[in-house]
Amino acid sequence: MSNETTIAGRTNQNETIAEATYTQTAPQQPVFSQAERKAKYATWRGRIGLTVYLILLLMPIYWLINMSFKTNTEILSGLSFFPQDFTLENYAKIFGDATWYMGYVNSMIYVSMNMVISLIVALPAAYAFSRYKFVGDKHMFFWLLSNRMAPPAVFLLPFFQLYSSVGLFDTHIAVALAHCLFNVPLAVWILEGFMSGVPREIDETAYIDGYSFPKFFVKIFIPLIRSGIGVTAFFCFMFSWVELLLARTLTSVDAKPIGAIMTRTVSASGMDWGLLAAAGVLTIIPGILVVYFVRNHVAKGFALGRV
Amino acid sequence: MTKVENNKAWWLVLPVFLIVAFSAIIPLMTVVNYSVQDIFDPYTRYFVGTEWFKQVMTDSRLHDALIRQFIYSFTILAIEIPLGIAVALMMPTKGRGASLALILVAIPLLIPWNVVGTIWQIFGRADIGLFGAMMAELGINYNYASEPMHAWLTVVLMDVWHWTPLVALLCYSGLRAIPEVYYQAARIDKASRWAVFRYIQLPKLTNVLIIGVLLRFMDSFMIYTEPFVLTGGGPGTSTTFLSQSLVQQAIGQFDLGPAAAFSLVYFLIILLVCWVFYTTIMNMQKDK
Repeated sequence: MSNETTIAGRTNQNETIAEATYTQTAPQQPVFSQAERKAKYATWRGRIGLTVYLILLLMPIYWLINMSFKTNTEILSGLSFFPQDFTLENYAKIFGDATWYMGYVNSMIYVSMNMVISLIVALPAAYAFSRYKFVGDKHMFFWLLSNRMAPPAVFLLPFFQLYSSVGLFDTHIAVALAHCLFNVPLAVWILEGFMSGVPREIDETAYIDGYSFPKFFVKIFIPLIRSGIGVTAFFCFMFSWVELLLARTLTSVDAKPIGAIMTRTVSASGMDWGLLAAAGVLTIIPGILVVYFVRNHVAKGFALGRV
Repeated sequence: MTKVENNKAWWLVLPVFLIVAFSAIIPLMTVVNYSVQDIFDPYTRYFVGTEWFKQVMTDSRLHDALIRQFIYSFTILAIEIPLGIAVALMMPTKGRGASLALILVAIPLLIPWNVVGTIWQIFGRADIGLFGAMMAELGINYNYASEPMHAWLTVVLMDVWHWTPLVALLCYSGLRAIPEVYYQAARIDKASRWAVFRYIQLPKLTNVLIIGVLLRFMDSFMIYTEPFVLTGGGPGTSTTFLSQSLVQQAIGQFDLGPAAAFSLVYFLIILLVCWVFYTTIMNMQKDK
């Protein structure tokens, strides 16, 4: 009797447990798909939000491009989303005049110089920071980064005097060196992140195999952090290309950047809006090309190699 | 990673030290030198001690510029950081869409700063710009060249347009670093979208957000080119920020001494605020 009850009780219990699990699993099906539906809905909402953001983001740029294909009379006569009187005259003016297109060449020259210098000096330094402890390493690192915080406006006049006194005023190398002030610390920072991701054992194996440090560094280590170097070059390009205050102060004729030449569109007869827009559009193109080349690594680069 | 102690590593750092010192220490010493002297011409100068510093500290124009600067920096941080996170969360993670979104979002960062100013100068004008015309259509007498409030809003809008992509890309790269397992665990726990963001994504974003906040603070504190092109600091002094007043003083009026003293105070303020930011955020992390 008592046995029976226990057994009955047990089965009962089992049944309730089974039932409980059943009741738990049964409604799970719709909940799960509901969650999925919710996730899908959220993705769609995200896509729409992103599209709206991108349209707002591209609108001012589109307006500039639109304007660069218009004549000045059309620009001033009213708004239109497409050029009614399509013209390439503004671009022709820039490509046909050496004082205009040399601005682009000058900018390109000092940006490339800066990229090369920054990478050459930053590579060994970043290696040292990622592999060795040495006297004052932390202080050195923070001092480097603190230069990123110095407002360029503070350095305008001293830079002008310094580069004039060593005879570098109005040369490309002067601008390239001045931009090293903020690009070298940044390059060291990014490269150090990428290098720390390469295991030490690789260095040690190479030394055991009889590689000297320079040979190891060039033949083995640099190929390993290719993507890091690409990303660093991208950042150096970016900050050197967009900077104008120092570049304008350190140049007058021979190395004048395009940004400074653009102010010429203001004349006594009023602004030459079409020409200004065309010159602006041409400054955007190199940036788009560069970001296209590093698009697969740029996410990692923005986390400064620390992802 | 364990690091080996080796002072020879200094030889590897030496080129960086020399090149940065050439561009940083020599000019900085020049500034310090000017800040304690009264300079009439290259051969006539007097030592004046801390006089310029006293003058700078009590100059009401600079106080106003400093206050404007702080309001501006905090406004754009308050807009750009949440907006940047939101954009990063919306960006697709795989495939062609991801690359395309990445390139498009990055475009404003690669435009020279004076061209950014030019773009908004054109875009905001009521006669030839779309934005200005739209505002006029809405019945607002929008004119950034004469209305201080409009000028200020345009500069803020321009900065948000220009720099939100940086925050978005930083956050995007932070989000990519979260392993898929975390999201699977959250799905099993039936975590809500908000819970996923609050307890998985946000903590993982802390590091990139620190970098983002610091970079945005520093750069907005040094802003010069964009407002210079857009409004020239006007109307009146409504968009004259610190860099602008500094350049006006040093190059426009050639007051080297006060300008140098001002430079040093300016640099110290940035260092101080960044240090405060950095330590507070770091301590907040430690407490957790």
